Amino acid sequence: MSRHAPASLWIRGGRVLDPESGRDEIGDVLIRGGLIAAAGAAPPAGTPALDAAGLVVAPGLIDMHVHLRDPGETGKESIATGTAAAAHGGFTSVVCMPNTIPVADHGGIIEYIRAEAARRGLVRVFPTGSITVGLAGERMTEIGDLKASGAVALTDDGHCVQNHELMRRALQYAKHFALPVLDHCQDYSLSAGGVMHEGYWSTVLGLRGMSPLAEELIVARNVLLAEACGGDLHVQHISTRGAVELVRQARTRGVRITAEVTPHHLMFTDADVKGYDTDFKMNPPLRSKADVEALLAGLADGTITVLASDHAPHHAHQKDVEFDLAPFGVVGLETAVPAYLDRLLHAGVMSLPALVAAMTLHPARLLRLPIGRLSPGAPGDVTILDPERDVVVDTASFVSCSRNSPFQGLRLKGDAVATIVAGNVVMNRIDPRRPIVPEPCR
Amino acid sequence: MVDAEQGDLKGLVWDRPHLLGLEPLSAEEITAVLDTAQSFKEVLAREIKKVPALRGRTVVNLFLEPSTRTRTSFELAAKRLSADVMSITAAASSIVKGETLRDTARNIEALQVDMLVIRHSAAGAPDYLARFLKASVINAGDGAHEHPTQGLLDLFTIRERRGAFAGLHVAIVGDILYSRVARSDIWGLTKLGARVTVCGPPTLIPPGIEELGVQVRFDLDEVVEEADVINVLRIQHERQNQMLFPSVAEYARFFGLTKARLRRAKPDVMIMHPGPINRGVELAAELADGPHSVILDQVTNGLAVRMAVMFLLNRARSGEDGGQSA
Repeated sequence: MSRHAPASLWIRGGRVLDPESGRDEIGDVLIRGGLIAAAGAAPPAGTPALDAAGLVVAPGLIDMHVHLRDPGETGKESIATGTAAAAHGGFTSVVCMPNTIPVADHGGIIEYIRAEAARRGLVRVFPTGSITVGLAGERMTEIGDLKASGAVALTDDGHCVQNHELMRRALQYAKHFALPVLDHCQDYSLSAGGVMHEGYWSTVLGLRGMSPLAEELIVARNVLLAEACGGDLHVQHISTRGAVELVRQARTRGVRITAEVTPHHLMFTDADVKGYDTDFKMNPPLRSKADVEALLAGLADGTITVLASDHAPHHAHQKDVEFDLAPFGVVGLETAVPAYLDRLLHAGVMSLPALVAAMTLHPARLLRLPIGRLSPGAPGDVTILDPERDVVVDTASFVSCSRNSPFQGLRLKGDAVATIVAGNVVMNRIDPRRPIVPEPCR
Repeated sequence: MVDAEQGDLKGLVWDRPHLLGLEPLSAEEITAVLDTAQSFKEVLAREIKKVPALRGRTVVNLFLEPSTRTRTSFELAAKRLSADVMSITAAASSIVKGETLRDTARNIEALQVDMLVIRHSAAGAPDYLARFLKASVINAGDGAHEHPTQGLLDLFTIRERRGAFAGLHVAIVGDILYSRVARSDIWGLTKLGARVTVCGPPTLIPPGIEELGVQVRFDLDEVVEEADVINVLRIQHERQNQMLFPSVAEYARFFGLTKARLRRAKPDVMIMHPGPINRGVELAAELADGPHSVILDQVTNGLAVRMAVMFLLNRARSGEDGGQSA
């Protein structure tokens, strides 16, 4: 699912972090024939070496929430450019959302995505299929066919199944095919017409607010459905204090429900919408300070176990309009790692091993994928991190086709410095003579 | 407009190229507009109601939402200042052909226009235009955000009658949630030292409004007793369909200003309304036309206020002496 042939690489002298085994020591990682070799195995003569002294060697990072816009909107992003952006940002795997044109609601689209990823993907691509046909929320997709074609999960992301009976049946049915259901939790009657968080700032700016209740009501529903049906239910881009509390209580009771967060919901608040900059418009919207604090607390205590980006590229001209008219969404693949290291590691919210686990092992387990670990025989994907590296975000340096980032100009501490897929170095800031060549945007 | 022509207004605090809202303005800046408007009100009482302050300047009214009062007022204000003025409405604009607001505005600007007066249903549209236009942008009402010239004319009308704002209690009644007039009034009144109460059904009071320094009350009878000024907002019938209140009849009964309700008011209470009025709904017809009403004064003052705004923006853009005011 990436274009690379298996390769070998000897990564030497870094702080090796493997959340699965708990390994955390200065040492080497050997990738042989595209797979992780046993610890202590000697590299065959001629194996290329990468010096990681002073750096952190982690399993390849997974972003389980990415919009690649392929097929259908390849001017915004494509499998080629989106995976290049992922490599640039330190991700070795991306999970792409099904709201493409046409919608990934049948096996043919899943097969196209996998084939295109095998031709042009700089990192691994794992497609998801939609829960309902055309994301319309009315009829279940052929879930078995999606699974057989290679979908790793089901989601109507960007939309939310409003019909509770349909959601219940989809959960029951998906469980049989061992597919987790990822939900964009939003009650439409409570969010209709909203373009930002409902609160003081929506009042001041005169913009229509979306009540946090819109998210919380569906999270509560999902908790009850997951408890009743027993499938794997995952809350996408959780954003409110109440939603975090619902997930915390459910997990304490033993309900199989998980949640992910995005960098922008941790870095910004609804106050940043002042100025009507459409690069601060996304769904769910930027929330209040109290919500941000609740997300941080949820990460610290393990209620939220996954760090994703919700990379959502849009044309500049589509965002260059009145705030009400702009599409929701911001890019994130090339800023997520600096944002998380800065906001979570350096701010003391999460330890480095916990942070790495939330970007590797946790999404891998959720999606039942063999990636995200450094155990012998696992895919030879590694991300090398430099937590001390200073970054000033410059969207002009992005290899993504889109620039709709609220992070422009921000100073952040920490970055990925090398991305390695099946033993192939696809991004290398340690040795800047080998930069990523951006794929041309269509 | 002798004062302005002689340059006696030079001491006024105003150097902004745009008027986007009252929120960013200081009390001194607001006072500068009101003082300038006072001079222009005197001009409007003359036989020849026209001054050359904006001679050679071009003003375009881009009204992408229905409006009669505000558009006419801006048009006339520009004419009284000797500007060339034209109005474009939504139906006549290329927006209906799918042109973006940026392109529409930049095409207008390319015709060497000096000021763009914009009315738009999207909050923030004037702020957006001001980011890239060289022409002055005047917000003539943007969504539920602000309607600064309405706020200024309300302030002007209150000051004209009462002289000062300190200690004055102003009640704003009705649909606060969707009202740009309420927001501009609140910013202006609180900056100038008035005490402000908002009153309406709980569903039409937006969250966090108290943080703007206003008191929230739900019992109109109590509010009427205490207020020096009651500003009654227009209620939009379509809000019933948004589950915000059950019926116009019920709204009128509990939140309409009626003759019976007004008996509790102070004898010199002022009744204001930004128009257009739903007679018998938010305001009884007799009260709209009665002795307490200053509603038509508001309209007249709106002309003076809009002349003042255009004059000050032009002066700020031209530099102190470079304009057409001499």
